[in-house]
Amino acid sequence: MIRSLLLSAAALVALPAAAQDVAIVNAKLVIGDGSAPIEGGTVVVRGGKIVASGAGVAVPAGIERVDAQGKYVTPGIVAAFSRVGLTEVDAVSGTNDRSATRSRFSAGLDIAPALNPMGSPVAVNRASGVTRAIVAPQSSSNLFAGQGAVVDLADDMEMVTKPRALQYVAFGEDGSAKAGGSRAATFLLFREQLLAARSYARNPATLAEWGNDAMIQRADADALVRVIDGTTPLFVRVDRAADIVNVLKLKGEFPALKLVLVGVTEGWLVARELAAAKVPVLVSPLTDLPSSFEQLGATQSNAGRLKAAGVDVAVGVFDDDDAHKMGYATQYAGNLVGLTRLPGASGLSWDQAFASISSAPARAVGMEGSIGSLRPGRAGDVVIWDNDPLELGSRPTAIWIDGKAQSLTTRQDRLRNRYRTPQEGALPKAYDR
Amino acid sequence: MIRGVKGSLLAAVSLALVSCAATGGEAKSAGDAPAAPAAKPAKFEKDPYPSTYKGYPTRLTVVKGVTIFDGEGGRIDNGAIVMSSGKVDRIGGPDMELPTDADVIDGTGKFLTPGVIDIHSHLGDYPSPSVDAHSDGNEATSPTTPEVWSEHSVWPQDPGFSRALANGGVTALQILPGSANLMGGRSITLKNVPSRTVQGMKFPGAPYGLKMACGENPKRVYGGKGRMPSTRMGNFAVNRATWAKAVAYKKKKMDDGKAVDRDLAMETLAGVLAGEIIVHNHCYRADEMALVIDMSKEFGYKVSTFHHAVESYKIADLLAKEGICSAMWADWWGFKMEAYDSVPENIPLVYNAGACTIVHSDDANQIQRLNQEAAKARAAGRRIGIDVSDEQAWTWLSYNPAKALGIADQTGSLKPGKMADVVLWNGNPFSAYTRPEKVWIDGALMFDAMDPKRRPVSDFELGQPGEGDVK
Repeated sequence: MIRSLLLSAAALVALPAAAQDVAIVNAKLVIGDGSAPIEGGTVVVRGGKIVASGAGVAVPAGIERVDAQGKYVTPGIVAAFSRVGLTEVDAVSGTNDRSATRSRFSAGLDIAPALNPMGSPVAVNRASGVTRAIVAPQSSSNLFAGQGAVVDLADDMEMVTKPRALQYVAFGEDGSAKAGGSRAATFLLFREQLLAARSYARNPATLAEWGNDAMIQRADADALVRVIDGTTPLFVRVDRAADIVNVLKLKGEFPALKLVLVGVTEGWLVARELAAAKVPVLVSPLTDLPSSFEQLGATQSNAGRLKAAGVDVAVGVFDDDDAHKMGYATQYAGNLVGLTRLPGASGLSWDQAFASISSAPARAVGMEGSIGSLRPGRAGDVVIWDNDPLELGSRPTAIWIDGKAQSLTTRQDRLRNRYRTPQEGALPKAYDR
Repeated sequence: MIRGVKGSLLAAVSLALVSCAATGGEAKSAGDAPAAPAAKPAKFEKDPYPSTYKGYPTRLTVVKGVTIFDGEGGRIDNGAIVMSSGKVDRIGGPDMELPTDADVIDGTGKFLTPGVIDIHSHLGDYPSPSVDAHSDGNEATSPTTPEVWSEHSVWPQDPGFSRALANGGVTALQILPGSANLMGGRSITLKNVPSRTVQGMKFPGAPYGLKMACGENPKRVYGGKGRMPSTRMGNFAVNRATWAKAVAYKKKKMDDGKAVDRDLAMETLAGVLAGEIIVHNHCYRADEMALVIDMSKEFGYKVSTFHHAVESYKIADLLAKEGICSAMWADWWGFKMEAYDSVPENIPLVYNAGACTIVHSDDANQIQRLNQEAAKARAAGRRIGIDVSDEQAWTWLSYNPAKALGIADQTGSLKPGKMADVVLWNGNPFSAYTRPEKVWIDGALMFDAMDPKRRPVSDFELGQPGEGDVK
């Protein structure tokens, strides 16, 4: 049955998929909100949304019924911090839209038109169970990198779920390099650009008055005004404990800032401050090397210690590959479960670990009500797995995004099929399709 | 790019080269004896920086009731091992006779394997912190630098060594020069023990390797400097010219016994041609690997291992026929053009074709979970009907890399008399939930998850935030 499901999903590729009403029954159902899996659970998707989930849920008459045969059924993975869709081959610059380091714009940059839903990383990540992603630009010529988006990984041409969902800025060593060579320069440039944007918001004529002396362009000011008033969450890359504390202090001068901290390698050293500030964090959880002097305290127990201190922790895959291997999220989450068995280490329970790659990133970007779990009202992003999704090598056997069944076939599958036996046949391999 | 540098992946993309390269060739014996074939009398010292490694103190130790993968494809359930004087004394089932005066560890529910051997690492040459002052892995000033030796760049205080030990169960590793150059220099095989000097880590008797690199990196680096090579054909031309010179040098010095001036570059290449130095060849694309094989025959050397080898699955039959290993990632792809055709089934497809299969890291992070990489590759194989058992898959992690490095007579499996390089895992090592509990190197307990005092802290980490922490 799983097999036929997979085939039927593949068959849908060519057609513009329509939202199906579907009930998945007999599931080991993971809601994704940190609650325990429900044996014999059911999830019902109608009109592209989850309408019911749990045990003892009635299946509405007349809708497609899929028997999960006791397998894990979960919300799709939400990549917490990524560049999926912004690059195909990193070292082929024409395909790589991560950064705009020669643009005269910065905060105003908006990645939406750079996203390529047809790119093979979208299909590969989808086939590993990732259905949504928080995508941030990497860098500009200035301090602010620009505006990211929340996207879906469906097999269609519209990738953007929420445009301008975040503004991204790096502090620490990367920020210093952009701002002029020191952390002092970073904090001053940050403050001056926000103040300039605020002046502009109060009196748009000021930008013209500043002329060539303007700190920012009009488009940048427009974007930063939305950061100042909290409309756009500000994702801040920061790792050193002291830098984290100083970034949290920014809310003193700009109280409406909606901060989300990214990286936070030394966060465990200031876990109480982070918890008190109620600022969510996105971590790449297996970072454990002092790769730089701002990551001296790196440990895989960071996520567990932060969680134990009451910090809202989401787990992502970045610093190694942030575009092609978002499926590592499940492996990383599984490793955090493993840490709970290691003396002296801190990790996450299975239920927490799954939530850290589904509802937690959704919450960080302010979309907990619409994606990231199987609670009613969320998008119909559902995955059936062949095994424990946090275990190595587990794979989806069926995926729906917004209630639409998705292809699980990738270009990699086609290559593998062609060379399943490497010998040439009657015709060269080029004829094998 | 990106910050962290974590991934040599992205680092490799941007800076070029940085890591990612390895070439490989195995001179002669894949497995046995590091043996030095009979070269004519050398006029100079072949081992001027000799290993000073000696095993650390050992205790007669028994682990029993444990599931054993012996590294050569064997499995013993409810098994036992006796480690004595740094060696594997014996392994067996529940009926095996055990010494009465040993330290006895109950391995119930746990797994015991040979230590992981990473055939492709840049620890020490590109250490943490990855500051410019530490960037010692590519002598990117000439496309052929067989005269440089990676051991002269190894910083023994790299904290990465201890992470590989504690989280990855890595007991030996090959440190390669990077892949900026066609011929990057000599590699060195190390025991993963903390030491004040690199000599104190050198694997006794391990043959040297020569790192070579195909493809994008050399032509980009030197093309970017306006010099040869700037194309793949340029790569081959420079290689062939260099090999031709080496053949003449070797003939004069070794075969004709004539006096020659010392030439450090030629000494390395002559060592390859004489079968004393093993070739490790960084190469992604199948078509390039096939050309390199012909080049090796043209000049009379053998490639031991293609490293990265993301397209080995396209020519797995050829690699099996030639007896060449592939050292691979489970699923890295897309970071550069020559990594575009990577497939997650590469490792099982190579294995299935009967070719030598190795899982490697090229990365200070993934070296900490090569067992997990093997597990992912195995699962990908199962989905297309290639069923590899746990114990068979472990050959990818210890015995096969040991063979390719020329140290399989000493380590890489749990045969009696071999070095007791052993990991006790707190569960099945192909699970994400499992970590090393204890690691022995030459029978000495070098890591114990239950004892914070058996956790190395490098000089660099002393007095820093998180000193001695779980990592």
